[in-house]
Amino acid sequence: MATAVVYLDGDPREGVLEAVTLARQVGDVVAVAPAPLGSEAVQTLGRYGVTRLVHLETGGVAMDAPAAVGQALADAATQLDATAVLLTSTFGTKEIAAHTAHHLRAGLLVDVGDLRLHEGHLAGSKRAFGGTWDTSCAVTTDRGVATVRPNAVQAEPVQTPVDVVTGALTVTAQVPAGLELVSREVHDSDSARPPLAEAAIVVAAGRGTFGDFDPVHELADVLGAAVGTTRDCVDEGWLPHDAQVGQTGVTVAPRLYLGAGISGAPHHIGGMSASQTIVAVNIDAEAPLVEMADFAVVGDLASVLTDAAEAIREHRAQS
Amino acid sequence: MWSTVGGNCGSGCREWQAGRMRIVVCVKHVPELESARAFSEGRAVRSTEDGTLNEVDENAVEAALALGEGASEAEVIAVTVGPAPAVDAVRRALQMGADRGLHVIDDALVGADYAATTTALAAAVRSIGEVDAVVTGMAALDGLGAVVPSLLAAELGLPQMTVAHEVSSADGVVTIKRDVAGATETWRAPLPAVISVTDVANSPRLPKMKEILAARSKEVATVSLADLGLAAADVVSRTQVLEASRRPDRAGPELVTDDDGQGGRKLADYLISEGLI
Ligand SMILES: Cc1cc2nc3c(=O)[nH]c(=O)nc-3n(C[C@H](O)[C@H](O)[C@H](O)COP(=O)(O)OP(=O)(O)OC[C@H]3O[C@@H](n4cnc5c(N)ncnc54)[C@H](O)[C@@H]3O)c2cc1C
Ligand SMILES: Nc1ncnc2c1ncn2[C@@H]1O[C@H](COP(=O)(O)O)[C@@H](O)[C@H]1O
Repeated sequence: MATAVVYLDGDPREGVLEAVTLARQVGDVVAVAPAPLGSEAVQTLGRYGVTRLVHLETGGVAMDAPAAVGQALADAATQLDATAVLLTSTFGTKEIAAHTAHHLRAGLLVDVGDLRLHEGHLAGSKRAFGGTWDTSCAVTTDRGVATVRPNAVQAEPVQTPVDVVTGALTVTAQVPAGLELVSREVHDSDSARPPLAEAAIVVAAGRGTFGDFDPVHELADVLGAAVGTTRDCVDEGWLPHDAQVGQTGVTVAPRLYLGAGISGAPHHIGGMSASQTIVAVNIDAEAPLVEMADFAVVGDLASVLTDAAEAIREHRAQS
Repeated sequence: MWSTVGGNCGSGCREWQAGRMRIVVCVKHVPELESARAFSEGRAVRSTEDGTLNEVDENAVEAALALGEGASEAEVIAVTVGPAPAVDAVRRALQMGADRGLHVIDDALVGADYAATTTALAAAVRSIGEVDAVVTGMAALDGLGAVVPSLLAAELGLPQMTVAHEVSSADGVVTIKRDVAGATETWRAPLPAVISVTDVANSPRLPKMKEILAARSKEVATVSLADLGLAAADVVSRTQVLEASRRPDRAGPELVTDDDGQGGRKLADYLISEGLI
């Protein structure tokens, strides 16, 4: 049976469990982490069918630089004879994936929404060109590396939890000469809301808010959604850059993306077009985001979002 | 490259003077996203008229020019790998102030994946000789892959300083700041290095008519894989497209208006009926 390695850079979160769920289509799932995990995390992995968890022993080499992590992961994949190396899709993990693919001389699939083996080679599908095409690609190499976009599938536990075998794996890792991480400051997180890149629902709002995000936050909180925005609003200082969706921000593909007061520039659409359901609220019925939406309300977002939040609260109270 | 000159600034202080500095900037020509596009035989087919320079690559050109400003003599070379229309991306870089261009074009590169593209880009960089920095944009608008900078760094064996929203350099050492995974990181590395920049790293200059005219006489070398010492077999894609299908044209949204003040309620009803609540 083929082995699929899933990289996790901390406790298993939803995105990683989705990747594990997809990895089961490929083979026996081995999780690889830069450091040992707690027993709760190990049990979670077992519930999702991970048979083995290894943490990387690098002989003291820091796992900060994408080049070092990518090399360590490639070494682990070789030792484990993996057919697939899977990571969740974020800027940081895509960099690691690139280095892993380089060291393995393996094909690299970016942002796939499903996985399978095609004649023994890793294959997956993705949306391309602003969501207008579906493409399915396979690697032509024995091993393949793929980054999996969050929310493509629902994470599903296996019927019978697995007893995970844990252990260390000694790997080679090298930080490129002279490269140095000078400092790392973790941002205050909007802890009440899910992280944007992984959220199942994203309520995004743009310039049409004129800076008033109260109705946006209200609806987001009723829906348990993350809040996203456009570059223009970041430029205005209305929301931090962490909230920007698009080419130079975060890529999201939630079950529901609701965009209010957003025109739908190509730079923005590239970062959300793989969303499952797209809803737009805009005073302009011809805005590109309205035209690509499944459902749209033509109207002032301030009242539409507030009324929607109210109606959802009423619905919940009744049911 | 950087060279040491005798300094006179107190104990232990070395004064660096930038001698000749050579900076490569990678620019990509991307299709206009609204334009008609098609896949044929597993490849994206692009037409000539409707492409543009990947906009964030203008930030890369600006960053490359800025790096060169610290040197007494700097040369900025714009490199692209792509079909004939891709030369427009190089031309734009030349208008902004790059000194010369290099366009890698070869039938064997049609449909090239990230690995093959990077192999060609790296060979192009090597063909230039010693370089102090390779600057790229953070992501190309067509695929939002954001992997070429890392692949290039790996291929060239250079440290990478990617997704930088701030770049500064002094004495042959580059420092960048980047925001990833909910944290701000500061990285430092000696040159040469691969640097990728975001759209807020700088404000790309707008070339004036004079510069646009001057750019016409700048040299763009067109090279094939063989010119770079590569055989077609060296530039093999490691992925293949199995299937590509155009998604059905969107039917257009189910559209309601808020003219009657019921828009918000209808929105809620839609979400409920779709099982999203
Ligand atoms: C290199 C580069 C990278 C970029 N990267 C990104 C990126 O990552 N992400 C990104 O988002 N952008 C990015 N951009 C910017 C992008 O091109 C657009 O400028 C931006 O997305 C537009 O933001 P917006 O939709 O908020 O504003 P606008 O385009 O001004 O749209 C505002 C919308 O609000 C509507 N509106 C106005 N009033 C109301 C109201 N009361 N109620 C409802 N609707 C209303 C209007 O009809 C309009 O459709 C990038 C640009 C460049 C050059
Ligand atoms: N074919 C290419 N030619 C030149 N530069 C490229 C090419 N492909 C990617 N790049 C550079 O790499 C960056 C990131 O691209 P990507 O990894 O494709 O998202 C771009 O902004 C360019 O600077």
